[in-house]
Amino acid sequence: MIRGNPFAFVRERVTRWDLIAIIIVIGLIAALAEASRDLLAPLSKIESAPLPLDPAYLPFYAARTSLRMFAALGLSLLFTLTYATAAAKNARAGKLLIPILDILQSVPILGFISVTVVFFMSLVPGRVLGAEFAAIFAIFTSQAWNMAFGFYQSLRTVPTELREASDAFHLSAWMRFWQLEVPFALPSLIWNTMMSMSGGWFFVVASESISVGHTSVALPGIGSYIALAIEQRNLRAVGWAIATMLVVILLFDQILFRPLVAWVDRLRFEQDATGHAPRSWALTVVQRSHVGALATRGFYAFILRISWLRPATAPTSADRDRQPGARSKPGWGWPVFIGLCVALALWSVVRMLGTDLRLDEVMSVLGLAFFTMLRVFVLIVLASLVWVPIGVWVGMRPRAMEIVQPIAQFLAAFPANLLFPVAVFGVVTWQLNPDIWLSPLMILGTQWYILFNVIAGASAIPGELRYAAQNFGVSRWLWWRKFALPAVLPFYVTGAITASGGSWNASIVAELASWGHTEVKARGLGAYIAEATAAGDFHRIVLGIVTMCLFVVLINSFLWRPLYYTVERRFRLA
Amino acid sequence: MPDQTLLQVDKVRKAFTKADGSELLVLNDVNLRVREGEIVGLLGRSGSGKSTLLRLIAGLSEPSEGDVTYLGNRVHGPARGIAMVFQSFAVFPWLTVFENVALGLEALRIPRAEIRRRSLAAIDMIGLDGFESAYPRELSGGMRQRVGFARALVVHPNILLMDEPFSALDVLTAETLRTDFLDLWCEGRMPIKGVILVTHNIEEAVLMCDRILVFGSNPGRILTEIGVPLPQPRNRLDPAFRALVERIYVEMTSRPDAKARNELFPGLGIGTELPRVSSNLLSGLMETVAAAPFHGNADLPKIASDLQMEIDELFPVAETLQMMRFAEVAGGDLRLSETGLAFANARLDERKRIFATQLMNYVPLAGHIRRVLDERPAHTARKSRFFDELGDYMTDEAAEQTLRAVTSLARYAEVFAYDDQTAIFSLENPS
Repeated sequence: MIRGNPFAFVRERVTRWDLIAIIIVIGLIAALAEASRDLLAPLSKIESAPLPLDPAYLPFYAARTSLRMFAALGLSLLFTLTYATAAAKNARAGKLLIPILDILQSVPILGFISVTVVFFMSLVPGRVLGAEFAAIFAIFTSQAWNMAFGFYQSLRTVPTELREASDAFHLSAWMRFWQLEVPFALPSLIWNTMMSMSGGWFFVVASESISVGHTSVALPGIGSYIALAIEQRNLRAVGWAIATMLVVILLFDQILFRPLVAWVDRLRFEQDATGHAPRSWALTVVQRSHVGALATRGFYAFILRISWLRPATAPTSADRDRQPGARSKPGWGWPVFIGLCVALALWSVVRMLGTDLRLDEVMSVLGLAFFTMLRVFVLIVLASLVWVPIGVWVGMRPRAMEIVQPIAQFLAAFPANLLFPVAVFGVVTWQLNPDIWLSPLMILGTQWYILFNVIAGASAIPGELRYAAQNFGVSRWLWWRKFALPAVLPFYVTGAITASGGSWNASIVAELASWGHTEVKARGLGAYIAEATAAGDFHRIVLGIVTMCLFVVLINSFLWRPLYYTVERRFRLA
Repeated sequence: MPDQTLLQVDKVRKAFTKADGSELLVLNDVNLRVREGEIVGLLGRSGSGKSTLLRLIAGLSEPSEGDVTYLGNRVHGPARGIAMVFQSFAVFPWLTVFENVALGLEALRIPRAEIRRRSLAAIDMIGLDGFESAYPRELSGGMRQRVGFARALVVHPNILLMDEPFSALDVLTAETLRTDFLDLWCEGRMPIKGVILVTHNIEEAVLMCDRILVFGSNPGRILTEIGVPLPQPRNRLDPAFRALVERIYVEMTSRPDAKARNELFPGLGIGTELPRVSSNLLSGLMETVAAAPFHGNADLPKIASDLQMEIDELFPVAETLQMMRFAEVAGGDLRLSETGLAFANARLDERKRIFATQLMNYVPLAGHIRRVLDERPAHTARKSRFFDELGDYMTDEAAEQTLRAVTSLARYAEVFAYDDQTAIFSLENPS
């Protein structure tokens, strides 16, 4: 059950709505950046209290960082339950909402932080609270899209007969949402939340310590601690931070997500699914005590209460069927609204481009993007060469898998940017070529997606197929070519897609790194965005973000999406 | 009192709009009346619109034309007093047996204590006592369907709609559930006053129903109505029971549209929809009918029970044999032709030769594809070419299915080849 949807690729075809969505999202970014630029100057006075590097403070920092994660998680859940529901229930809105979500997934969050940090700080002038909001918002943007996508997907696949049963037994739309749709979606929602959460650590670390132009903020947390350690060239403090992070992630995994995943497994709709049910010691503890029974009963009573909250007068789907007027006449309000949004978006982009950006600069940014793209592809190939054979080997040995799989998932959650200082220290010390030696950092955190997807794929190969291959003496290269590689291919592609998306994002922190006051820089779009951020140059930040966004969208549409569906059709083990 | 009409369906027509804007007619001119105290069966093959009709009655969708009237009122959305049992049970996996049963009452906002009393009573009646706190995943299919029944009965409906409620169960379990249901019904212990049962199982219809409406396809409509005057409990081995089953087979195989199709065969072009039938099934059925005890002429009900095939499985095979002139289907019998007998007695390569001849001569689409391939210098043709051609006659799904069907038959006959990766038909076999 490791393998979910590769996040951005739930829709098979690209439509004109994607174009509209791109324009609207880019317009939003441009407008927000423009607004923030005006706000930047008066905020430059903010200086937060210096943080002590004493490891004794680390538990406190860890708690603050975790709190930010939870706040963002709450927001993401709220967003998921509303946005995805609106997209699923209202076909017309869904046509636009889903492509927008798709594009939002491609926006490099790290580049965006600089824009939002100024915006949020201006909302609460003179306070650190604004920076808190910005950090939480950054984590939110790393979690919410993926969760909303999964929830939308679940809402669209509620079995017809269950839907009909809830209609036939007069459940109101509100009651159906809580009694049918939410429970049905819960397993995938929790799984996606867990995946989002593991992605989120990377961004919480990156967003706690931010400087835009002359404004620099350090929120108490592990991210700021490590930033300070880098500034002071304190390798020991870096080590302490890494150790703390390991413990925090382990606790989240064992105390929160394992029990949830094991608990929610009972709600699965596929009732006869074979294979191991997920287990969790924490869940067992809770269940053996009376707390567990109380909690379960309480949860159900809560859902029931909620579902009774609204009077049972909301129209059922059959009622909606019967109002042909509502559907057959689209009216002119909607197209005009869309048109207005697009026009506004275009205007804010044009207004920004019309200022100090020249064509030759745009061309050079495209060139930089090309370098980053090359880096991403080469790294994916290299990581695949290493991890695919290992993954296949591990996946076919249940004992090895039990040990390696949790470690791989754990490593995927571990914020790789905590390890950057160690690598940069090496690059600086031995005077290595940053264009080459900074690159591996981009894939440091995301390569694990390839590994654990391939492991999951290899372990899903039916035993009889393996015996058949053995029986006919298929071995060595033939065995890889005709048996193992095709069998894990769908899983591998899912992993590679995730790894590639994550690497683009990571390029912003990986291509420009520092150790004390020494800066090392690789040529690429990530470094461009990072430099623009440091300089507080909003036009260049937007240019960088938009370019990266477009590159990711294009690569998704023309490479990964077709590849995913082709592989899915051809190599899926039925 | 016993003649009171519970439900009436008047001149109902249902059409869906296809993606390209044209209409797909699934039900045409359906009239039906359910009186108090009777079980009415809707019998037909898949695609005959019987399940669609049941959903119209349940208020889950609306007819394009005509009316459904329940106790004198037009049905508008799900009506109070009409409950439904589903083919796949449709029990909520995250609720216990008790919670599943109580759900329908909770939606009606009935006081807690009464919900509890009524739910436990329904669970008790349907034989689920002791399973109240079990989750559906812990139950067998039969027990899950009992939950479906209890959930429907607990709301005290006047009419119970059953959509092939036993077809997802194994033979023994299905029989137990049927008997239990009939016992409760005959003793009058259930609150329901009338039942509509959708089924494609002829024996099940005769066993349970007071009246059977036989449905035909393209478009879905009622072909005929057959009364079942036998008293309950009924015995499957009773000669009168067998005679009724036989009669329904005759009705279903000699329906007017089948005859019309028969006579039209040579003239019918490539636009005939083909069912997906494996060549293994075709040769298997021919072998069975050619051998003892049938010797070339078999009674369809007998074959169905011998081979454990539902009519949904058996009829497409029989019809394909008929289309390819391997057999004649009439009066509830399947009689092999000379060619069919020759095929059954031949060896593999001889069989393929016979099969190829019949396919080219009597399946116009196969002949058409082969001719196109022959005429082209490269002897290849894209699938989309034929797909578009079929689009003039049928829906996209039907066209897809027809192309798959003809490909499968042609591969067996080695008349032409098809590469699924490139979606190209060709004359060559892969090297």
